[in-house]
Amino acid sequence: MSEALTFNYKIDGDDFTRAGEASSSVKNKLKQLGLDSDIIRKVAIAMYEGEINMVIHADGGSITVTVSDSDITMVLADHGPGIPDIEKAMQEGYSTARPEVRSLGFGAGMGLPNMKKYTDEMHIDTVIGQGTTITMKVHI
Amino acid sequence: MKIKDIYELPDCRFLVKGDPEREISRVFCCDLLSIAMSKAPAGGVWVTVMGNKNTLAVASLTDTACIVLAEGVSLDDSTLAKAEEEGIAVAATELPVFDMALQIYKAGDL
Ligand SMILES: Nc1ncnc2c1ncn2[C@@H]1O[C@H](COP(=O)(O)OP(=O)(O)O)[C@@H](O)[C@H]1O
Ligand SMILES: [Mg+2]
Repeated sequence: MSEALTFNYKIDGDDFTRAGEASSSVKNKLKQLGLDSDIIRKVAIAMYEGEINMVIHADGGSITVTVSDSDITMVLADHGPGIPDIEKAMQEGYSTARPEVRSLGFGAGMGLPNMKKYTDEMHIDTVIGQGTTITMKVHI
Repeated sequence: MKIKDIYELPDCRFLVKGDPEREISRVFCCDLLSIAMSKAPAGGVWVTVMGNKNTLAVASLTDTACIVLAEGVSLDDSTLAKAEEEGIAVAATELPVFDMALQIYKAGDL
């Protein structure tokens, strides 16, 4: 593949029943492209956590995934409340998830740390009251 | 051990059979989805009390071979249909998570 491939997704806010569909779709596409299963697993874990965060913390958003010869780039953009203290949010176990969300098995405060752990590059751009854009890269 | 070998265990019943010939790697227990997401082994049997659509999403993303719902927990029909589509086996048991996981572990020499 020489030309980069791009996939776009719109993520609905507060729709838990569909959360994860975009990540599943990307996973299947990467499989079809014949990418290494370790790389696919990393992308799937990181993107799923980001997708769930958009649903539970930011009322949805959009995800763009680009596949080039050298890496897979995921850009997750939302117009949610923003993240006031990134350093705190990055700590394992820190979560502001509501009790209803926790009862579904989310809110362990492992999402952002997992995203960092499973990607080669991660950058968070956030403005309070305006939204958050998270860019992650996995090298191929 | 293969998926079909768990079919024989008396305390669990299969809601979705999955691929009987699929080889099982390990048994894994967890109810927090973010932790399962990062730790569930590919080809594993995942025993959990968390029965909702997101359980299947996590299983699918981690290449889990079989979900075992413990403590009488179930999944709705549309999620079961989706599991069928994705080739992920789903079983249910009245037993607690540990007891079920131990039975599978012993049966499979894992
Ligand atoms: N897209 C987002 N918009 C606003 N806040 C977010 C976003 N993603 C994460 N956060 C904040 O960072 C915290 C930690 O996120 P994470 O590690 O995924 O844990 P969890 O989602 O389980 O709470 C969240 O509880 C929330 O306060
Ligand atoms: Mg999260």
